[in-house]
Amino acid sequence: MAIISVHNLRKTYGEKVAVDDVSFAVEEGEIFGIVGRNGAGKTTTVECVAGLRTPSSGVVEFGAGLTDVKEQIGVQLQDCSLPDKLRVGEALDLYASFYSRPADWRSLLGEVGLDPGTAFSALSGGQRQRLSIALALVGNPRVAILDELTTGLDPQARRDIWKLISRIREMGVTVLLVTHFMEEVERLCDRVAVISSGRVLAMDSPEGLIARAGGRQRIVFRSTAPVDALRALPEVTSVSRDGDEVVVTGTGDLVAAVVGALPSGQLAGLRTERTTFDDAFLALTGHAAE
Amino acid sequence: MMPIQKKLILTETKLFLREPAAVFFVVVLPAALLLVLGASIPGFRDADPSLGGERVIDTQLPGMMVLLSIVTLALSSLPSTLVAYREKGVLRRMSTTPIRPTALLVAQIAISAVVAVLSTALTLTLGHLVLGVPVPRQLAAFAGVLVLGAVAMFSIGLWLAAVAPNTRVVQGAGAVVMFPLLFLGGMWLPRDLMPSALRVVSDFTPTGAFGQVLRDTMAGHAPGLPHLAVLAGWALIAGIAAARMFRWE
Repeated sequence: MAIISVHNLRKTYGEKVAVDDVSFAVEEGEIFGIVGRNGAGKTTTVECVAGLRTPSSGVVEFGAGLTDVKEQIGVQLQDCSLPDKLRVGEALDLYASFYSRPADWRSLLGEVGLDPGTAFSALSGGQRQRLSIALALVGNPRVAILDELTTGLDPQARRDIWKLISRIREMGVTVLLVTHFMEEVERLCDRVAVISSGRVLAMDSPEGLIARAGGRQRIVFRSTAPVDALRALPEVTSVSRDGDEVVVTGTGDLVAAVVGALPSGQLAGLRTERTTFDDAFLALTGHAAE
Repeated sequence: MMPIQKKLILTETKLFLREPAAVFFVVVLPAALLLVLGASIPGFRDADPSLGGERVIDTQLPGMMVLLSIVTLALSSLPSTLVAYREKGVLRRMSTTPIRPTALLVAQIAISAVVAVLSTALTLTLGHLVLGVPVPRQLAAFAGVLVLGAVAMFSIGLWLAAVAPNTRVVQGAGAVVMFPLLFLGGMWLPRDLMPSALRVVSDFTPTGAFGQVLRDTMAGHAPGLPHLAVLAGWALIAGIAAARMFRWE
């Protein structure tokens, strides 16, 4: 049974529809991504799941022994900071005291690699996000909801956060991850719901969505020889040429087939391009992610 | 519930003590002003016919310093902290935990109340030891009006925190409200010396009423009922407005 099931969630603010009709289910132990452009309704959706907002209609159900949302779901929201002079250790100690069965905050501190004596104002963006993750985990939750964790971070800090999120899953915590970074989805998520204008456009594994978007490979090389013969290969779906540059798309073991079909020495500068989740997102929504 | 609140209050107390400006203006400045002005200004320690034969250091100066401390706490320190917590999402983050953000409000008010009492005690004790400021003659009544006045002032501060959209506005508005209120409370011109029209206006302000009942009880008189009613009215109106208008995010 799913640990979180959302059925036909809708949230409106007056005339404005923030979430139109969203349904999805999160299985225990997975990293479930909610992806979409800014303003797609991602944050409102997870705020409804976390019990911070009341849906206008629709139902959020919990299973697998999740009975107390505030106790058992750890949440990290965007734009939530702490008092400047609060120190890391004090913040964790304080937030641990809010829960009936908290985690050992000192070992969490080691996990996120922060010094307990540092004041919040002295933390870098990446360190603040790591502290936020620790605060979301300090109650020993079954589910962690992480909203746009890596926005505004440099690439190294982003990779550190990704490692940490993978660790959370190893600890047995289900993760609901909100993001608009396609690379983050590809690297971390087991399954993902693509949301646009308050509706779910597609829900699958990142690989599944990529396959749906074409799942094609594309290889590009330079050749002066005629390449029309390539069209006959079963792996090839299209061949086009622009001067010396040849673009071949297809499926299966495309590279081996193309290389084998051309006389040796007739092919230079070969590179392959794979459909990314970015392309899949573009194909689904008709817009680039950001 | 209790141990949780205790840790929250303890943590918030540490944070208050880490703000040197707040500690200075609320605790140090009123006591220091009493001692320095009381010791240095000629005539402050002599019977003053314009104050009905009282010395300035008997009730006017210490009463105003107590008022200064509580007004600074209520209109500057408390609302700035709360609005900053709302602006920075501290309250929103807390709302994701089993603790309601109301707990933070309660902790802040509790700390402000304790600081108000300590600052008052420090000001009057030092005044007594150094300048011979008399101990309030009606101590129980003094404590009572201190509580009522503090409740009225804190309610106004919470109202301010409820309506101010951000920290810049709350600090600006706090200052704009604070100085006229301190003036009408008799900070720079004792109420005894105010022209009668001005004194009537002062009677209806929370600081005018508060300052007067503080001085009344320090001098050993019963606090005037109209002034107590004015304070209760402000506490009620501002308290209800604050409760209705307060936003967590």
